[in-house]
Amino acid sequence: MLLDMAADAFGERIAVTCAQRALTYTALRSAARAWARQLARGGFSCAALLDTNGLEAPVTLFASAYAGVPYVPLNYRLTRAELEELLRRVAPAWLVSASAQHERLVLPANVTLADVASLGTAPHTEPDAPPEPPSDPGAIAIQLFTSGTTGTPKAAVLRHENVVSYILGSVEFGAAGEEEAALVAVPPYHIAGISAVLSSTYSGRRIVMLPSFEPAEWLRLLAREKITHAFVVPTMLVRIMDQLAQEPGAAPFPALRAIAYGGGKMPLAVIERALQVFAGVDFTNAYGLTETSATVCLLSPDDHRAAAASTDAQVRRRLASVGRPLPAIELEVRDAAGRTLGAHESGLVFVRGAQVAGEYRGAGSVLDGAGWFATQDRGWVDEEGYLFLEGRADDVIVRGGENISPGEIEEALLAHPAVADAVAVGVPSDEWGEAVGAAVVLRAGAAVTVESLQQWVRERLRSSRVPERWVFRAQLPYNEMGKVLRRVVRAELEQQP
Amino acid sequence: MRTIKPGLRLKSAVCSTEVMVIRAPAGEAHLGCGGAEMLATGEAAPAQAQLDPAHATGSLIGKRYVDAEERFELLCTKGGEGSLSLNGASLSVKQAKALPSSD
Repeated sequence: MLLDMAADAFGERIAVTCAQRALTYTALRSAARAWARQLARGGFSCAALLDTNGLEAPVTLFASAYAGVPYVPLNYRLTRAELEELLRRVAPAWLVSASAQHERLVLPANVTLADVASLGTAPHTEPDAPPEPPSDPGAIAIQLFTSGTTGTPKAAVLRHENVVSYILGSVEFGAAGEEEAALVAVPPYHIAGISAVLSSTYSGRRIVMLPSFEPAEWLRLLAREKITHAFVVPTMLVRIMDQLAQEPGAAPFPALRAIAYGGGKMPLAVIERALQVFAGVDFTNAYGLTETSATVCLLSPDDHRAAAASTDAQVRRRLASVGRPLPAIELEVRDAAGRTLGAHESGLVFVRGAQVAGEYRGAGSVLDGAGWFATQDRGWVDEEGYLFLEGRADDVIVRGGENISPGEIEEALLAHPAVADAVAVGVPSDEWGEAVGAAVVLRAGAAVTVESLQQWVRERLRSSRVPERWVFRAQLPYNEMGKVLRRVVRAELEQQP
Repeated sequence: MRTIKPGLRLKSAVCSTEVMVIRAPAGEAHLGCGGAEMLATGEAAPAQAQLDPAHATGSLIGKRYVDAEERFELLCTKGGEGSLSLNGASLSVKQAKALPSSD
């Protein structure tokens, strides 16, 4: 439906480009319909994608909607065994793999490789009539496997009604000017990559795909494609700014208007630096989860400007918040007993709204009776409703019965001039149950003692927050989406005497 | 008259207009386009149905249409010559407001 509207209203505009290839909205619809016919003929139960960003991602996304089967983008960074297992779970599947990612796999039975060679080159020969209009709003649109750091990956399910609610609640149809272009550098298996495609299609904004993120190439595309809008995760932003510092002014980007970020905690120091490096550009912080069809809270460009310019500490600290809920989202912070908490009280974050799916294949809905979804994030809101996140519920350190958020310790460490990066975790302790441990990356050429770092934290936080166990590293272990792997740090600290 | 609920998609009996229901109170209503009741997928237009000139100011793709109390909201997914009505009263275009978007 979203693509049909775009193709009807502005079909000759460019929908998506990648390298030298491009599709208009009309061509994107023709390609998606042609693939939908192949999907329907084969009787497949899903359309899987094993690819970096390219034209194939939006074509497969819309083809699966036309065919009425789930779109299942897979993480190409998984191991061969992991991917083969996921494919077995979704078979009989039709697999799109234009960049030959499949060649390292032994495809399970009932997984058929799509013929992708014709896309965007040969004119379609079949009649371009739409297949049966798939109009069941309760059908599954997208199935995304979670990262599975704690066990078998769960298959989060998003239905058409969830996804459409999100788009209609946050995008005005055809509102993008002809000159607008969005640079998509997050991978297609991430909810932010999918929502970027859907939002851009509905608004009429040209999508420029970067197959895999690399800061110099990102900056080159920004200039060459006159990008107006971009989405990044915090670690991407750090690498982009480091690249700019090495080559100042190498590629100017006068067209750039807006950068949105999300997908992980944005350190205060990084966003403060970004507001200077990209002066005049609108910054938006988007907080959301796969299970909530992307964004549920955002910190708007005006919020950023007000916070950065304010001398009021309460307002200024909002640069570190994820903003306020979207109009169609309700948000509550509750304690462990389920009581709703007031402003400045820390607890578990719950959200409710039509875009919130909160459902896993096999396990069904995890929403409570009143439709609330437990995000498993901890946080608190200030008196004006700005949400501050403290980390995942699982990451909370329980020291002698006291709940300690790793986030506040990390903020304190990051504020130290010698510290480039830091993470705090709980490590087993005979005395306290859990004790605070920290892994720290020092700035190049910096030297500092454990004692002085402990003193630094003690001056800013309560003494129970001062890390007892320390490890210094050349860099922290991150996954490809910029999330720090706390379990790796924890294991390393546990090995210490 | 038919039961109208969010997510329901309807098409005009007399022109190319198609809509999706965004918001509706529980219960039945008469949704019209071009002067004739709108149809669900698979329903055929009555033989005598034709565009009523009194309901022919058109519908525009991508616009949201609301009743005076804004209890009903429709999204026009395909434009046409007929204009939209609810229980006989014309629907008007909802003023676009700035939506908070992160994409």
